[in-house]
Amino acid sequence: MYPAQFDYRRAGSVDEALGLLQEHEDAKLMAGGHSLIPMMKLRLAQPPVVIDIGRLDELKGISEAGGSVRVGSLTTHADIAASDVLAAHCPVLAEAAGHIGDAQVRNRGTIGGNIAHADPGSDIPPVLVLLGASVHLQSPSGTRSVAAGDFFQDLLMTDVGEDEILTHVEAPALGAGTGAAYLKFEHPASGYAVVGAAASVTVQNGRCIAAGLVVGGVSATPTAVDVSSLVGSDLSDDAIAAAASGLDAEDPIGDIFASGDYRVHVGKVYGKRALAAARDRAS
Amino acid sequence: MTVSIQLEVNGKPVQAAVEPRRLLVHFLREDLGLTGANIGCETSLCGACTVLLDGDAVKSCTMLAAQADGASVTTIEGLAQNGELHPLQEGFWEKHGLQCGYCTPGMILSANYLLAQNPSPNDEEIREGLKGNICRCTGYHNIVEAVKYAAERMS
Repeated sequence: MYPAQFDYRRAGSVDEALGLLQEHEDAKLMAGGHSLIPMMKLRLAQPPVVIDIGRLDELKGISEAGGSVRVGSLTTHADIAASDVLAAHCPVLAEAAGHIGDAQVRNRGTIGGNIAHADPGSDIPPVLVLLGASVHLQSPSGTRSVAAGDFFQDLLMTDVGEDEILTHVEAPALGAGTGAAYLKFEHPASGYAVVGAAASVTVQNGRCIAAGLVVGGVSATPTAVDVSSLVGSDLSDDAIAAAASGLDAEDPIGDIFASGDYRVHVGKVYGKRALAAARDRAS
Repeated sequence: MTVSIQLEVNGKPVQAAVEPRRLLVHFLREDLGLTGANIGCETSLCGACTVLLDGDAVKSCTMLAAQADGASVTTIEGLAQNGELHPLQEGFWEKHGLQCGYCTPGMILSANYLLAQNPSPNDEEIREGLKGNICRCTGYHNIVEAVKYAAERMS
């Protein structure tokens, strides 16, 4: 199964990649290629030019500074899952990355490629939305950042402009008293999430002072659930179940494996479990 | 257009000009005659095409040959040394870890990567490590036994 023919350019720097993007209309950027190559093999994507940015070390790596973690867009899922920095400061992101596909896929797939592809069954987007992460983009005219909640616009559609490269994501480090968890109901063949639930809970003096829940796989983009009823509560199982049952999707995704109604139902169940796991990690 | 690539395959230098759309698995099989990496699902799921790229297990059906420029690739053909089977190959033999053998090269290279990361995995870790490799005839039990056999031999 071959992709259609295309021209291949390899960029040696972000600036060179930006120049190549200007030069070639409808060119596609390739990082690890684990979203793009399958699409090209199925001829769902037939870019005339592929710009390989996979060797740009300046876009790789994980660091922590000033209360936030920064992950370069070319960092692989394997490196994110195994990161000591993330284990200490933002373990839920590493947890989600460890759920992606399988070992081989995690060795090549990158966080930037993953979120720029924006598959609704992807594990990373709901976690970034939960964390209030920002996605950083660079174009010839400068840099900008966009909140993860605004970055994902629709099925396979994001805020990345035609002349832009996604350089890194930044997320607040999880503070003391905060627990977070990502739970996934995985499609047994594809490894994508049928439903993935990302939750966080912050506890102070035995009371909940903040909580969040974002569910992926139910709609075209991550679905935030209003769980503010948990603030001030004792985080009992009943309170958590009631909060998670607020998951609602106007137009849920349905396919031959899981109908829209089923996804919403499973989303509530996994949302409940993710909140409970976050609670148990918060103390 | 073609892309010039230089890489190392099973310890030997290789130089070639490839079409950009040439997938690594086709390059290995058709250009180099290394047919150990099998083409199974072609959709990044089955793992039959797994090879090591600079030591990391990857699916060679989901990679351009051009992306492997400068890398060191190991296929199943590169595992036996001086006519001696690799402990994993021996393990699959001894523990009956295969029937048709189609998935075996990928299984062995994924297991090789797993053991490099974790030299003494338990059953669950072996199954998780081989999640990206699908077998449709042997069943996984003997494959896990084969990996355990190799882990003991290699320790």
